[in-house]
Amino acid sequence: MDQRRAGSELEIVVDGQRVRVAPGISVAAALFNLDILSLRESVSGAPRGAVCGMGVCFECRVTIDNSPHQRACMIAVVDGMNICTAGNS
Amino acid sequence: MTAGAEMLIADVAVVGAGPAGIAAAVCAAERGLRVVVLDRALEPGGQIWRHVNSGPVPQIARQWLARLDKSGARIMPGTSVVDASADASGFQIIANSLGHAQIVRTTSVILATGAREMFIPFEGWTLPGVMGIGGAQALLKSGASFSGKRVIIAGSGPLMLPVAAALASGGAKLLLVAEQASLPAVARFAVELWKTPTMLLQAAQYRARFLSTPFSTGTWVTAAHGAGRLESVTVTNGRRTWREPVDILCSGYGLIPNIELAQLIGCETRDGCVFVDARQRTSIGNVLAVGETTGIGGAPLSLVEGEIAGMTVGSTQSPSAILLRRRATFQASARRMFDAFAPRAELRALPAAETIVCRCEDVTYGSVQRATCARQAKLYTRAGMGPCQGRTCMPGLEFLLGWHSDTVRPPIEPATVSILSSGVADNASSAFASNSCVGDVF
Repeated sequence: MDQRRAGSELEIVVDGQRVRVAPGISVAAALFNLDILSLRESVSGAPRGAVCGMGVCFECRVTIDNSPHQRACMIAVVDGMNICTAGNS
Repeated sequence: MTAGAEMLIADVAVVGAGPAGIAAAVCAAERGLRVVVLDRALEPGGQIWRHVNSGPVPQIARQWLARLDKSGARIMPGTSVVDASADASGFQIIANSLGHAQIVRTTSVILATGAREMFIPFEGWTLPGVMGIGGAQALLKSGASFSGKRVIIAGSGPLMLPVAAALASGGAKLLLVAEQASLPAVARFAVELWKTPTMLLQAAQYRARFLSTPFSTGTWVTAAHGAGRLESVTVTNGRRTWREPVDILCSGYGLIPNIELAQLIGCETRDGCVFVDARQRTSIGNVLAVGETTGIGGAPLSLVEGEIAGMTVGSTQSPSAILLRRRATFQASARRMFDAFAPRAELRALPAAETIVCRCEDVTYGSVQRATCARQAKLYTRAGMGPCQGRTCMPGLEFLLGWHSDTVRPPIEPATVSILSSGVADNASSAFASNSCVGDVF
């Protein structure tokens, strides 16, 4: 079993809600596991989610700790992280 | 140079830390060369050896990663190349390294930029819940659980097998694997597999893990439906068309080489691949290219190409006959196999006029169809001008409309002005010193 999975859970905040997630996983994976598929709004206001999973498509942009346009697939969750899925068009 | 930009001097800069880049870096560093590896991901391994939560890391990956650790090569994780230019003394690379400017001055460059997934737009493909096949694999490897989710994999290519196996093993309710290629085309692929028994065995092992799911050839998804997120898809085999309720659709049409950095440096490309000679040298002196960027061939071929480049870069030494023979064997089998999965003509009818093709700028198919080339579409509709710089939509549009890829200009990744200006002289950069974004990307 992966050591990171065996570690204790982290607490992060997603759209104002405190949630517990597995350590060592990406922000995109954490949100997927919370069944949050819509990660941002497109320039015309449509919901969008992760597509390429490897940092190419920029569809999974979220706001992390007040820093907008962060690719959820390229960043690992950190205890206390604050993630917002509104905006980022 | 802007304050805060770090400068590294190297003999060899390797861009990309998948199997090809790792092998190149290891072999060059073991010769005593100063090697810097710039990799976008947080850990080396590339997509194929990405390993969080996805079960055991393959033995060969562990061996190469351990060798990389000991080689003396300096790994720069979380580092995307933004610009690269040649001058009299070599090359200057400007990169965004975890938000900071990183400059690398190097004598030689080895491009190991890998590949990305090819997408063809269809109605509803922008709904959350529709993702790439490699995209699903990457999410899975970074800790996503598909357990209990109803999943359809639809598209083309050998990547569907391991992803189907991994999703089924992870508890997903895999409803259908739809391969658009015809049965004869897939049979040709299978015949190639017979020549490489280890790959045949691997394919059989993958299939065994999703035996209860139908694997349908000549079948493809024409539309995705849902309010705010995916709820169902329309599937067709050309004779019959039906709806399938589903939570996740994985859709992709094989892999395409990432050639943007090579194009920026001026390397010759042929058929969408960086053109190299027997020693992995590109058309630009002291620039080599290895792995998928030179043509889709898989990890074994990438490793051999990386070894050849790492052993010969900066020297007049010829690669060993053993390596050259191994490369020839892998090239012959791997690259022919991938040709079996060319997208069928019917897929050109997938997008409707109102279907969004450029996901960054929400540009519809109807509006880009009026353009005569990629450049004109960019100028008049903004298609391909968003943060992904056309990497997601343009290969699909090239397939749909017969366009050729446009030229590449810096920055090749979104970057702040402070990072972009890090490569110019003090007096010039001070005028740009801000954190605003340029390139009209956000």
